[in-house]
Amino acid sequence: MSSWVRLMAAGAFAGLCANGLALAAPAEKPQQAAGVAAKTSKLGLGRPALPEEIAAWDTDIRPDGRGLPVGRGTVKQGDEIFQERCAACHGEFGQGAGRWPALAGGQGTLKADRPDKTIGSFWPDLSTVYDYIKRAMPYGNARSLTDDETYAVVAFLLSLNDIVKDDNFELSDRNFNSIRMPNASAFFEDDRETSEKKFWTKDPCMANCRDVPRITGRAISIDVTPDGKSGPKVD
Amino acid sequence: MQKHRPPGNLSRRALLSAAAAAGAGLAGVRSGLAGEAAKPDPLITEVQDWQRYLGDGVDKRPYGSPSKFEKHVIRRDVSWLTASAESSVNFTPLHELDGIITPSGLCFERHHGGVAEIDPAKHRLMINGLVDKPLVFTMDDIKRMPRTSRIHFLECAANSGMEWRGAQLNGCQFTHGMVHNVMYTGVPLKVLLEEAGLRPNAMWLMLEGGDASGMNRSLPLEKGLNDVLLAFAMNGEALRPEQGYPLRAVIPGWEGNLWVKWLRRIEVGDQPWQTREETSKYTDLLADGRSRKHTFVMDAKSVVTNPSPQAPLKYRGRNVLSGFAWSGRGTVTRVDVSLDGGRNWRTARIDGPVLDKSMTRFYLDFDWGGEELMVQSRAMDSTGYVQPAKSELRKVRGVNSIYHNNGIQTWLVRGNGESENVELG
Repeated sequence: MSSWVRLMAAGAFAGLCANGLALAAPAEKPQQAAGVAAKTSKLGLGRPALPEEIAAWDTDIRPDGRGLPVGRGTVKQGDEIFQERCAACHGEFGQGAGRWPALAGGQGTLKADRPDKTIGSFWPDLSTVYDYIKRAMPYGNARSLTDDETYAVVAFLLSLNDIVKDDNFELSDRNFNSIRMPNASAFFEDDRETSEKKFWTKDPCMANCRDVPRITGRAISIDVTPDGKSGPKVD
Repeated sequence: MQKHRPPGNLSRRALLSAAAAAGAGLAGVRSGLAGEAAKPDPLITEVQDWQRYLGDGVDKRPYGSPSKFEKHVIRRDVSWLTASAESSVNFTPLHELDGIITPSGLCFERHHGGVAEIDPAKHRLMINGLVDKPLVFTMDDIKRMPRTSRIHFLECAANSGMEWRGAQLNGCQFTHGMVHNVMYTGVPLKVLLEEAGLRPNAMWLMLEGGDASGMNRSLPLEKGLNDVLLAFAMNGEALRPEQGYPLRAVIPGWEGNLWVKWLRRIEVGDQPWQTREETSKYTDLLADGRSRKHTFVMDAKSVVTNPSPQAPLKYRGRNVLSGFAWSGRGTVTRVDVSLDGGRNWRTARIDGPVLDKSMTRFYLDFDWGGEELMVQSRAMDSTGYVQPAKSELRKVRGVNSIYHNNGIQTWLVRGNGESENVELG
């Protein structure tokens, strides 16, 4: 059989299959059958999202508390969950283990030579803590904490950061918005186009622009660069 | 057969010790003058294996890969930077590239929960929030929409972030390799938002990934309606898994963290969400203890990739200096190069396409007599922004902001052709 004949035969076979499928599965409606979408939108593509689907994915929490589920958890409950599920990476007291992030401490260090940016010292909004833990933690087993467990872990983190002092404190959707984060007021909108205006206004110098340069630092003396052999093995 | 060993394969330390063993000065550098061959070159006078025997037939490599002599051209990581490979970064080998397009397999990777491997038939994109009709799209739906292709750079806001306090990593792959430049094909986000119908109070979008980190970022609606794409293809083929297959956001000119991969949901709202990635990360801590937020745009930046610590000069005489420039605010209009640490500058030759919010290639063809060089480059963009010196940046931002370091890089090229990352005072 020439390759042309084979191609023709394959085409005919594919056509048969397609017909067969169309006959066998008449229940599969074409997209434009979703009448309302076709009328109100431009392309008529996509289908309405069901409330259950939105509820499954829309877990985000905003700083004003919008999105918080009904629930509660205490510092003590959070301590137990944290030691079991979180402390291996973040340390018993949220101090961090190895290169895993510290979650507590560091308050008052943001102007220091080596700032220690933690939930207590840096994060402006408590909603972020809930949102992030609920969606991404524990690392490697995301979305495994219940709403109440998440409230409890957040309560424990507030305690580790001395933002709440009472071990019996219970965090819930009702009192969530009453918590103020210590560094909340220290963020401001990008102002580069005004505060760095001089980077726009100069006519760049082309000749005799500076004194003879002096070398003040060398990467080689720090010696932290991986060498050429450190890449993964490539076969 | 002669063993071929590309110089890039040598470790810097090996190069150093080789240079030391051979004595100081021009040990590693050939004069590069023509007409020196004393004997006929056996590569010409003798029949080589590849000239006599048949090579592989078609289909030996149904999906082609680079030559075996290019094995050293790979993404590399800096293992001490992060706690685990699943939430980590590696770096584009900028010094091995040419033109303006980054090959898909060399585009740096940054993941927060590893690479999600998603069957496109099982991927869903939801649009909900302040819309008339919350919708769910399949990949087939998205591929039935009007599409467009555009070339844009993606730079991680933390690119060069290790260099705020001074020269730290010795190679442009590590100092500047969290950037790549790709042709994306996808659907303008505006098309999908209009399909769902925006409510009048819509102001912000939240983009969310379908990976194990559920990466989420707030994006001003204005940007979303302007030039954002939802891309399913890069450089002419489907996105690579590590670049968000089957669907990622393309946010031209803005920091890479916003380009959510494995995109599964867009929520429309009236204020930003203040997610982890836009508060505890990707905010810029200044010396006074306050922090800038929503620093989305990537400032104009450039780097000389050749010569650089991983790409030594091998010849005196004629050489090609080369590098990249880019700006998140528009096009690159000019690149100047200094060989004496910023005392004197000359304008480099820009070559190839000059595109909006894309990497741009520059060259400086020059003669090198073996003298010490302090190589720098300085980019200018279509808004008149001039890439600042590191010292100028530090005056405004201190040294703790981690992100948005677009200061001018210096490579010290020594007489033996090797170069190193240095800080000038």
